[in-house]
Amino acid sequence: MRAYTPKDNVQAKPYYTDRFWVAPQVAKHDVSSDAVFESDLNALKSKFEILDAYIQVEQMVVVINAADNFAVLDMLKNSLQYNQLSEMSAIDWLAKEGKFEIFYQMLSMSKRKRLRIKCKIDEKESIQSVEKLFRCADWSEREMYDMFGVVVNNHPFMKRILMPDDWEGFPLRKTYPLQGDEFAAWYEVDKIFGKEAREIIGPENRDPARIDRYDTERFARLGHEVPRGVDITNGEPDTPLVYQEKNGAFLITKFDPETSVTITDRNR
Amino acid sequence: MQQPNRLRPFFENITFDREDNELILNFGPQHPSAHGQLRLMLHMQQEQITKAHPDVGYLHRGMEKMAENMIYNEFMPTTDRMDYIASSSNNYGFALAVERLIGLEVPRRAKVIRMMLLETNRLMSHLFWLATTALDIGAMTVFLYAFREREYLMDLIEDYCGARLTHSAVRIGGVPLDLPDNFIGDLRTFLDKLPANIKDYEDLLDQNRIWLMRMENVGVISKEMALSWGCSGVMLRASGIEWDIRKEEPYELYDEVEFSVPVSDKGDNYARYKLYMEEMRQSAKILEQVIDMYAGTDGALMAHAPQYISAPKLDIMTQNYSLMQHFVLVTQGMRPPVGEVYIPTESPKGELGYYINSQGDAYPYRLKLRAPSFWHTGILTDLLPGHYIPDVVSIIGTTNIVFGEVDR
Repeated sequence: MRAYTPKDNVQAKPYYTDRFWVAPQVAKHDVSSDAVFESDLNALKSKFEILDAYIQVEQMVVVINAADNFAVLDMLKNSLQYNQLSEMSAIDWLAKEGKFEIFYQMLSMSKRKRLRIKCKIDEKESIQSVEKLFRCADWSEREMYDMFGVVVNNHPFMKRILMPDDWEGFPLRKTYPLQGDEFAAWYEVDKIFGKEAREIIGPENRDPARIDRYDTERFARLGHEVPRGVDITNGEPDTPLVYQEKNGAFLITKFDPETSVTITDRNR
Repeated sequence: MQQPNRLRPFFENITFDREDNELILNFGPQHPSAHGQLRLMLHMQQEQITKAHPDVGYLHRGMEKMAENMIYNEFMPTTDRMDYIASSSNNYGFALAVERLIGLEVPRRAKVIRMMLLETNRLMSHLFWLATTALDIGAMTVFLYAFREREYLMDLIEDYCGARLTHSAVRIGGVPLDLPDNFIGDLRTFLDKLPANIKDYEDLLDQNRIWLMRMENVGVISKEMALSWGCSGVMLRASGIEWDIRKEEPYELYDEVEFSVPVSDKGDNYARYKLYMEEMRQSAKILEQVIDMYAGTDGALMAHAPQYISAPKLDIMTQNYSLMQHFVLVTQGMRPPVGEVYIPTESPKGELGYYINSQGDAYPYRLKLRAPSFWHTGILTDLLPGHYIPDVVSIIGTTNIVFGEVDR
């Protein structure tokens, strides 16, 4: 029977997990344990609906509704002194709940505090751009769109940034295979030589560990050397190992290929 | 726009006139001054740039995707390939993020060695920056001098971990090796010479007419612009914002050493150059203090956490249970608790952050690399307009971008 692989998450899986393994949790502390975060949270609570808030690894995490993202970041920047957006991106939860999670990592230099705003959107839903508040979101949002396909509204230049403009598929989604899909395998061939050349060139090798056993263009096998490019699919001749040095090879004094045994049966 | 077809293919490097006399110039991606694979599409009116459009992604390897499909220890050598000028800083940032996620405390000797690695990497990176930027502007001599010193540091790192560029010299939970016998002596020799070397560079550049013309009042970044574009490191401090993560949110032993954070309010290329020079002096100062700390530490190099970290080699070779744990940790990988962290560190280029979302698996569910150079490239969109073609080269130089980090 073929091993079952879920279609909605094709990422590598650990080959063994204990049946009774229960993962521990990183401690979540109550926001009231930190005075600065508590006042920030109260300020946010007075205007917006806060779905969840806690402190984890010394940073506050605030979960909000996706529709509030611009207004919340506006308030954080202009009245709560969170003056830099260090990072923002998405997390793919499509397999679990059909949603993307967007996070905004904020930094307040005057308070020396970092907090993370999080919200969830559906797969086809789009989110408001915060580029008007933080210019750096221009590139971050493009990267998010490029990697996840999350469309951002009111963005000045909503185009792919790292992948080519005409790429198909979104690489960081859990459904995107690690070594690329059909489109990726033909992309460069189609682009450079045209679709007609597919037959001649073949798909791109996207497995960095692939070994072609019969490749004599780039590799020679020790003890079975043949001229470059010879077809060896029907076997190759043995070439006896002969050392060039006069008194045998340096360091190898006792090796005699005539008397040594070559193991041919791998299961011996 | 070009209308490519079979007979007239698309030419990337073509320059052409539009009806309104606006010239579009394509800079890169293969340009010696682009410090990697940077492509800039520049809209020009005569010699002046009116609009700049940086195009990145030529070195994109999908590191975040790779991280999601690897165990934590397996990802460590991949982080080398981000900022390959100072790769221990990347190793360290990742190790620190995982350690905070697990809640590990690292032995003091490992901390001291990590501090030495971080600061030698900062020196290497700044020397490299000085060399390449000076070379771009035409100061060949400085390039040769700075590379000579960097070579010495690379030899030093090679003595420690065997690699010169991609070190992988930090492990989650500590460091793999103790310092070799000659290390501290060699480092001292280097530190004794360094002030004189820095003075040499400054004598060559500080009052140099060409250097001043290319640097002063070129590429001025205002305070608001630096904050809005997510700048960090020297790019931020040159614009008058005193923010160094080593000082403000100290990690490792930075709260025990004494050093100052140079700040300038000019925001131009020359300010950034002066800050790099001053940071080298401060790094040397930190290194001298850290060398003295080394003697007072005991021999432990890795944290003791059998669930996550393999036991020392001696235990693995002599005790069956340690060997079993080591086997499980190598084949299946450690499983950090469920949770998420964002840990910033001050890498030579700026704020290098690792966001890790762990679901209790051996693979991170999501790992986001916050590389400073990404935004330092983005800022070119707003920084270049108004400047002239030769300024592009000096501005790219002082932004100190590395494309392993931009494209990841």
